[in-house]
Amino acid sequence: MTGLIEELQRLFPGLQGEEGGDMPALVVPADQLLAVMKELKERQGFNFLADITAVDYKNDEQIEMVYHLLAVPEARELRVKVNLNRRHPEVPSLTAIWPAADVQEREVYDLMGVAFPGHPNLKRILCPDDFTGHPLRKDFRLKAEEGRE
Amino acid sequence: MAVAREDLLTQQIELNMGPQHPSTHGVYRALLTLDGEKVVKVENIIGYLHRGIEKLAEDRTYTQVIPYTDRLDYLAGMLNNLGYVQAVEKLMGIAVPERAEYLRIIMAELSRIASHMIMVASMALDVSGWTAWFPPFRERERILDLFEMTCGSRLTVSYMRIGGVAADIPPGFLPALEAFLNDLPGMIAEMNGLITGNEIFKARCQGVGKIDLETALAYGISGPNLRACGLPFDLRKARPYGIYDRFEFDVPTLNNGDSYDRFVIRLLEMEQSARIIRQAMAGLPDGSVMAKVPRVIKPPRGEVYHQIEGAKGILGFYLVSDGGNKPYRLHIHSPSFVNLGALPRITEGGNIQDFVVNIASIDIVLGEVDR
Repeated sequence: MTGLIEELQRLFPGLQGEEGGDMPALVVPADQLLAVMKELKERQGFNFLADITAVDYKNDEQIEMVYHLLAVPEARELRVKVNLNRRHPEVPSLTAIWPAADVQEREVYDLMGVAFPGHPNLKRILCPDDFTGHPLRKDFRLKAEEGRE
Repeated sequence: MAVAREDLLTQQIELNMGPQHPSTHGVYRALLTLDGEKVVKVENIIGYLHRGIEKLAEDRTYTQVIPYTDRLDYLAGMLNNLGYVQAVEKLMGIAVPERAEYLRIIMAELSRIASHMIMVASMALDVSGWTAWFPPFRERERILDLFEMTCGSRLTVSYMRIGGVAADIPPGFLPALEAFLNDLPGMIAEMNGLITGNEIFKARCQGVGKIDLETALAYGISGPNLRACGLPFDLRKARPYGIYDRFEFDVPTLNNGDSYDRFVIRLLEMEQSARIIRQAMAGLPDGSVMAKVPRVIKPPRGEVYHQIEGAKGILGFYLVSDGGNKPYRLHIHSPSFVNLGALPRITEGGNIQDFVVNIASIDIVLGEVDR
């Protein structure tokens, strides 16, 4: 698998590998995400987009997009991360590569406030349309919490 | 004078469809755009049940999250428990006692059978009527009795613990389980006789809602719905977790990728789950059911993504720890959410009555869709 990361680094110089986790992982610049994902799907066998989510690292002023890929049927796993500026988080949509990204990107948009240029129907999916804010941001305050601190 | 079809004036209308499927009442709405009887466009409207379980988890200790996982796919609580506790165990490097591993397998597979029985009953109800609904629901009660016997509850079991299971099985459990397994082939034969072979049922389901394997993979469809497209992909085999690598079982597949195959595959999977349970009963060792774990669970900094084969597909838990006693972030990847996301693709172009069949055949549960 380290072979895979080295090969990808040759193709995409901006890309970093991460060692020692529960699976091989890559950190990709946002503007290279589409090209890297295309390569992974079409040439490296990662035909299944297993998950899309995001983590709010408020103290670092970053939102980290986390993608998990599977190569089916042998079940090889890969994690791909993209660091985004927390003030204007934006990353290209993967819907053209995997339609599975459609609902999952909408979920991240709704709950974390990340924009996905290229998404065909980017609107809230779990919260009502008139909802304010993005509940999974670390600074989102629940009504019940107001006044508790 | 004959009128050519294209000369007829038709107007598209929008229709709020349902709720007709048992798991959609009050929590799901499909907005269909219809041209006559043809479904032109499907919009899934969800979110009515969204309880923010991921957000809640950030404000609870690792142990306190377990009861929330029951309420994801509440038709297969044991499986949701299992996926979550295994994710925490992986992050902490905790080894689970052998007896607990075997009990987990027994409970997880019972949960799978119970979940499949609901799917079979609901789809039979949606397509052909009440008569066929009763047998699977009746048999499922026996599984819930086994759960109640062990942990006191039937649906929201909270049975798994970080490091083991909450309690050992009581003395009457194994005989009752044995009796259930002995009766199961007869139950499946009854369901097959009532539903699977029924001409009306076949006519309504065969060739309906077809999806080919490549499209299914691209849409992220997993579990029985994927295996009905011909691919024997099952995480219990492909990347075994727990002690699944010790058991012999087959991964049934069917080739048409239609609603009928999505139905039949679940009956085939029940038989395989029963096979696994029998082996786990035979190999069940004595000993403790809980590892020694710290009273306050504090996994080291880091992240883990743990996926298991849920009843409805791949169930994933992405867990980020900052070293504290609460998850920094817990993301739950639920199969129902993604499978439902593919429903428009499966349904568009078909007839309105087929929508009823298709939604039943992909087997969603909204507790898992909305989380």
